[in-house]
Amino acid sequence: MSEYRALGGRIFTRPFIFFMVVFLISVYFMVIRFTEGMGAVSNLNGGFAWGIWVVYDVVIGTAFACGGYALAFTVYVFNKGEYHPLVRPAIVTSLLGYALGGFGAFFDMGRFWQFYEIFLPWNWNFNSVMLEVGLCVAIYILVLLVEFAPTFLEKIGAHTLGAMLNKVLFLFIALGILLPTMHQSSLGSLLIAMGHKVHPLWQTWQFQPLLALLTALTMGFSIVIFESSFTVLSTKGPSETPMLSGLSKAIVGLLVVFLAVRLILLVVQGNLGKLFAFDMASLLFLIETGLFIVPLMVLLSPTNRNDGGKLLIAAVCMLAAGSLYRFNAFLFTFNPGPGYSYFPSVPEIMVTLGVISFEIMAFMVLVKTLPVLHRQERVS
Amino acid sequence: MKRREFLTTAIGGATAAVCSSAEARPNLEPTPEAVGMLFDSTLCIGCKACVAKCKEVNDMPPITDAEQQSWDSARDLSGDTLNVIKVYKNGTAELKDSETDGYCFEKRSCMHCVDPGCVSVCPTTAMRHDPVTGIVTYHSDACIGCRNCTMGCPYNVPQFEYDELFGQIQKCQMCNQAGVERIDNGQMTGCAEACPTGATLFGSRKLLLEEAKRRVVLKPGEIYNYPRGDIASPDSYHEKQIPNYKQHVWGEKEAGGTNVMHISAVSFDKLGMPPLEERSASSIAEGVQHTLYNFLALPAVVLAGLTYVVRRNTKNDSDGGES
Repeated sequence: MSEYRALGGRIFTRPFIFFMVVFLISVYFMVIRFTEGMGAVSNLNGGFAWGIWVVYDVVIGTAFACGGYALAFTVYVFNKGEYHPLVRPAIVTSLLGYALGGFGAFFDMGRFWQFYEIFLPWNWNFNSVMLEVGLCVAIYILVLLVEFAPTFLEKIGAHTLGAMLNKVLFLFIALGILLPTMHQSSLGSLLIAMGHKVHPLWQTWQFQPLLALLTALTMGFSIVIFESSFTVLSTKGPSETPMLSGLSKAIVGLLVVFLAVRLILLVVQGNLGKLFAFDMASLLFLIETGLFIVPLMVLLSPTNRNDGGKLLIAAVCMLAAGSLYRFNAFLFTFNPGPGYSYFPSVPEIMVTLGVISFEIMAFMVLVKTLPVLHRQERVS
Repeated sequence: MKRREFLTTAIGGATAAVCSSAEARPNLEPTPEAVGMLFDSTLCIGCKACVAKCKEVNDMPPITDAEQQSWDSARDLSGDTLNVIKVYKNGTAELKDSETDGYCFEKRSCMHCVDPGCVSVCPTTAMRHDPVTGIVTYHSDACIGCRNCTMGCPYNVPQFEYDELFGQIQKCQMCNQAGVERIDNGQMTGCAEACPTGATLFGSRKLLLEEAKRRVVLKPGEIYNYPRGDIASPDSYHEKQIPNYKQHVWGEKEAGGTNVMHISAVSFDKLGMPPLEERSASSIAEGVQHTLYNFLALPAVVLAGLTYVVRRNTKNDSDGGES
């Protein structure tokens, strides 16, 4: 008997229908993008070649999908088996997040009909960070599918196949830890070659991969806290706070390292003055850093760590902080030179909202139909 | 706590390696036979013959501005325009080549970097650097349209054709792309050929750099005999008073240098040139990438360690890891 269960219940709830409407609107713009081209729906231009489709759907979206990565680290590397019940839902959201990140990358690809060129070895440019990102994300999506397979196999009752898969699953779990370490750090490395266009407060050169990786992990842990809080609320199940409070200790460590590196780099790279320029960049930097400091303050107190509400606040702050860090570096303070500006068009925003809506809908359907959530003892 | 030690060592080692790898590769050097252009802003009269000629040679469409079709008045580079002349104006804009109350013209086209960012960042090798001529070329057959080249170019030169469903990147290839091949046929670039004043001068990078360095130290007010066309065999010369050049050859060193160089009497930051250091950003990015991923050695070691640790930590579970 499995420890996991499908929630069951109606699929077409009111929230589901709401997200479906948003998704259907986005489909309209997706059709235009694939019939008239990107210019017809986006405000991308000669200076801003990457808009919210890359920066939100891929760079931030996959960081949001780092729950599976962060938990795999905790459960399988640090051998904290008690977090096991959180693994399956985290794998599901990671799979959804990465699959849609992959879709976002394809959707944004100017020459989408020859996307496969990146998979042909004779085309590979080993100097390119983008090559590492592209290949690594593609392989990780396959790894996530394998990691998700036991859930599906359990549902259809293919127990022999499930048992066989379980024997080699450790290999995929190891890959599932290595690959996100690689491409999440590379997503930061993409900024290095953009040189002066990235604002000095965010252009940390060879420290880009480290900072990207640290924030991917804080976001991964946060999304686990965020999701289990909401799942508990919406299913009225028992609280998972004791488990989550343990995770937050790991987060404290990550936040301290991130903030320390960031501060030291400001001094060493001589950018401390830009912090007090009180222009838009310095303001954004202060808001972003504040969003990193608030959860650190909250989580330093053991009482707060055991308070589900406080934990949720900290998680939301960190998700906002990690997102803002990426938005600031790639878009908000990105300066390609005089004459260029960018604000996403309505279709661009709608497509992004549609992708998010699809993700939420898919999560709702999967937890209701497949044994994803942990079966816990209930008071009647 | 062996696994923890292993991890600390692995992560710490990688971080230390990356952070000390800043000097992993120096800038690339100019190829000895590199061809290029020298744009002398003080000679440019803003006639934009080069913009129209560029469209003709490269078979580019006119742009539509305020419902009028135009062959020479594009405001910036785009999927339809590989070369554009911009104007600098200050105050009353009466004096040519004066920073205050003056005006001058500036060319925007591919600088053909010696250490090109677009080539470095392209995942599919669709951007290439000709080992002989130094021309930065584009090959649509391998391009996936990710536009990292635009992001990785300090000058925003590679431009995607956003208005087309099956668009491609467009950039100046020194009139030497398949079907045009002017350089291979011993001709010069279209813009240099069309330029009536020699503001755009064609030639080898070496000769052009010598000429540029000679010009910027000339005594203002005296007369200099300016060549036109190809510096190795000019079509003609014309005499002109020497302006008050800035002591700066743009492209000699910026981000590893460029094969298309600029000189001017107005400082380059006022002409919209980017704030570049001598070190190319792509050389730093490549240093990081190669430290982490050379022969996939580091990932292989980490994967081996992870496999061992995960295997050990899942052994006690009766039915594998994910249960």
